Amino acid sequence: MVPKDKGLMSMEHFVEIDWQKVDEIIEKYNGNREALLMIMQDISDIYNYVPPDVVPVLVNKLGVRESLVYSVATFYKTISLEPRGKYIVNVCTGTACHVRGADKIMDALEGHLNIKEGQTTDDLLFTLQGVRCVGCCASGPVITVNQKTHGGLDRASALDTVKSYDQCIS
Amino acid sequence: MAKLENREALKNLRNSLQAKFQESKKKLISLCAGSGCGAYGTAKVHEKLMAELAEQGLENEVEVKLSGCHGFCEKGPIMVIHPEGIFYPQVQEQHIPEIVEHTVKNGELVKSLIFKDPATKKKIIHEKDVPFYKLQKRIIFGNNGIIDPTNIQDYLSVGGYAALEKVLFDMSPEKIIDEVKESGLRGRGGGGFSTGIKWASCRKHEGERYVICNADEGDPGAYMDRSLLEGNPHSVLEGMIIGAFAIGSNEGYVYVRHEYPLAVKNFSMALESARELGLLGKNILGTGFDLDIFISRGGGAFVCGESTALMASLEGNPGLPRAKYIHTVEKGFRQNPSLLNNVETWANVPVIINNGADWYASIGTEGSKGTKIFSLVGKVMNTGLVEVPMGTSLRTIIFDIGGGILKKKKFKAVQTGGPSGGCIPEKHLDLGIDFDELTKVGSMMGSGGMIVMDQDTCMVDISRYFVEFLKDESCGQCNPCREGLKQMLDVLNRICEGNGREGDIEILEELGGMMQKFSLCGLGTSSPNPVQSTIRYFRDEYVAHIKDKKCQAGVCKPLFYYEIDPELCNGCTLCAKRCPEEAITGKKKELHELNQDKCIKCGICYDVCKFNAIAIR
Repeated sequence: MVPKDKGLMSMEHFVEIDWQKVDEIIEKYNGNREALLMIMQDISDIYNYVPPDVVPVLVNKLGVRESLVYSVATFYKTISLEPRGKYIVNVCTGTACHVRGADKIMDALEGHLNIKEGQTTDDLLFTLQGVRCVGCCASGPVITVNQKTHGGLDRASALDTVKSYDQCIS
Repeated sequence: MAKLENREALKNLRNSLQAKFQESKKKLISLCAGSGCGAYGTAKVHEKLMAELAEQGLENEVEVKLSGCHGFCEKGPIMVIHPEGIFYPQVQEQHIPEIVEHTVKNGELVKSLIFKDPATKKKIIHEKDVPFYKLQKRIIFGNNGIIDPTNIQDYLSVGGYAALEKVLFDMSPEKIIDEVKESGLRGRGGGGFSTGIKWASCRKHEGERYVICNADEGDPGAYMDRSLLEGNPHSVLEGMIIGAFAIGSNEGYVYVRHEYPLAVKNFSMALESARELGLLGKNILGTGFDLDIFISRGGGAFVCGESTALMASLEGNPGLPRAKYIHTVEKGFRQNPSLLNNVETWANVPVIINNGADWYASIGTEGSKGTKIFSLVGKVMNTGLVEVPMGTSLRTIIFDIGGGILKKKKFKAVQTGGPSGGCIPEKHLDLGIDFDELTKVGSMMGSGGMIVMDQDTCMVDISRYFVEFLKDESCGQCNPCREGLKQMLDVLNRICEGNGREGDIEILEELGGMMQKFSLCGLGTSSPNPVQSTIRYFRDEYVAHIKDKKCQAGVCKPLFYYEIDPELCNGCTLCAKRCPEEAITGKKKELHELNQDKCIKCGICYDVCKFNAIAIR
């Protein structure tokens, strides 16, 4: 896929943060430091990543060390400190999908999006990730796009699925 | 709904709902909304069904229920029409008008939608006669297809919360623990430790006790916990409330993967409605017993399934395990006694209380009681969730329930126990599976993943796959696990790339022994299992990779090439048409040729050829 509108939205452009929303999220968990991971997940649900500008706020409001925020953010796979695409395409590489050809799906999508596993397209539309088991093992090979699961795929239908999101935007 | 203040109120509500459920003459369409069927498009089917019923003016005569997982996920989306129990698999939007017109209105069957058993080719009309279900014993999973998991009334209408009522009013905590002990229930998360003994030892320790549900289902290939949380959340919750009452706990947590959004949603709703009814909160049913339970979402780290790592994660820290000189039942979450059980274990508790320990202990084998839900997946015809009594043979599960191997290929192995489990070869197919038997053959129960592999699965590649998984998931605290896995992966990678050296198998064995003895937690000590079990049963394949530089399964690309078998090729041209590199040439009805210089070994030709004419050399 040819990256579009490169000048408008490059990786250097981080998002504008809605601080009120961030406060609301922290409030929802009563500022409980034990909820650090969930707070980051909720922030991630809005921006598809945790903008590093949020970190000092978490340090302040939760009363935790900055090192803890970074160690939690880097330990858990659902959190990213770098911008990810609008659509996060997770190719399940769990065992059941693996034996049914998940690597072939990954190959096809890497070719189509012109990025490697773990990368994001320049237009910030798609991030391609390999994930370990999304728990739809009987329907493998499976991919998820954001929170929607698509099962029983082969190369062609996997490409069609991702293309359908592509068309949603243009 | 109003809060239930006492025993009578709960009893009356349940009785009236049960009576209503049994007397209902309405037609009921149960449509599976589990994640498996969802992936095949339940949402669209449901939308169309509702529209069609409304258009025909039938919306008040027919009840439509979005149920939990029916288990037969391969054939999703699944629809069952009650009271007859008519079973329609793989229902799509376009089938809806026919179903409504014929089956709903006139009670006739839609012939094209009737399930055809792939093994016998026989048509089967009713859900109960489908071989996939017939040989199962679904005491834990059975209600999934009948109830709407988001409605507490549905759970009550099938006898829900009767076990809670019994323990709160008729049993002492000690008696409950004895009952669980006597039932012989062992932890379903993999450890297989006696649940009753665990409960008793947690109750013994002083402090603010916690009950925790381990729903960090990380084993790739296993998803029964997801289906239980999504499909019957109240059964898990009821088990937890009983556990909390038995050990004297007032606070509980469910640690569930963030990647399971539907499970999080359905369980949150279950908690809310239980609070509303007064089954959670202060002074439950007027007994003076207080309990609340909260959800904590995990962040996708496999090691968090380990008890100490899970509790570290619950406290808001990275999920690093610690040495267990002191067990979590003594000092766990917030340094207090903590009772951690897996989702399926909790769901077993109400069943034991309702039916008694003796009844429960009559199911299963000498050392493993009750049933176990397996996630039967991989190269098997009928994939899905299968609940069978402990001691059922692998052959029964894979061939009778599972319908055998896909595309009539040859069975090679079945992998059980998740990434730290082992691969079991054909000679052990008649093994009656329980905790102890699986350990004896070098594998383990784990959480119940059962991945079937055929002739096209390379056992060296599979062992490489698991080691790569575990290397990524190792928390990195201890050397044996962190470095051992990395070294193992290096060796396995070079074997798969065709650079294997004599002595590599021995290196793997030595590394494995070291990791098993000296790693910090269960992830490390069990991590060499996949390598050791494949070396034990498939040493020949390792030797073929290292010495002959051959991968007979056609997986390790540098170690094989495709060739067209002149005896079998009939010149159908299908492979030539589908080859992305135009490496195959040939005229119609004439022998085709494959140009090795152009071939990228993508395997498309091998998959599409109907005559087995593409050979792996």
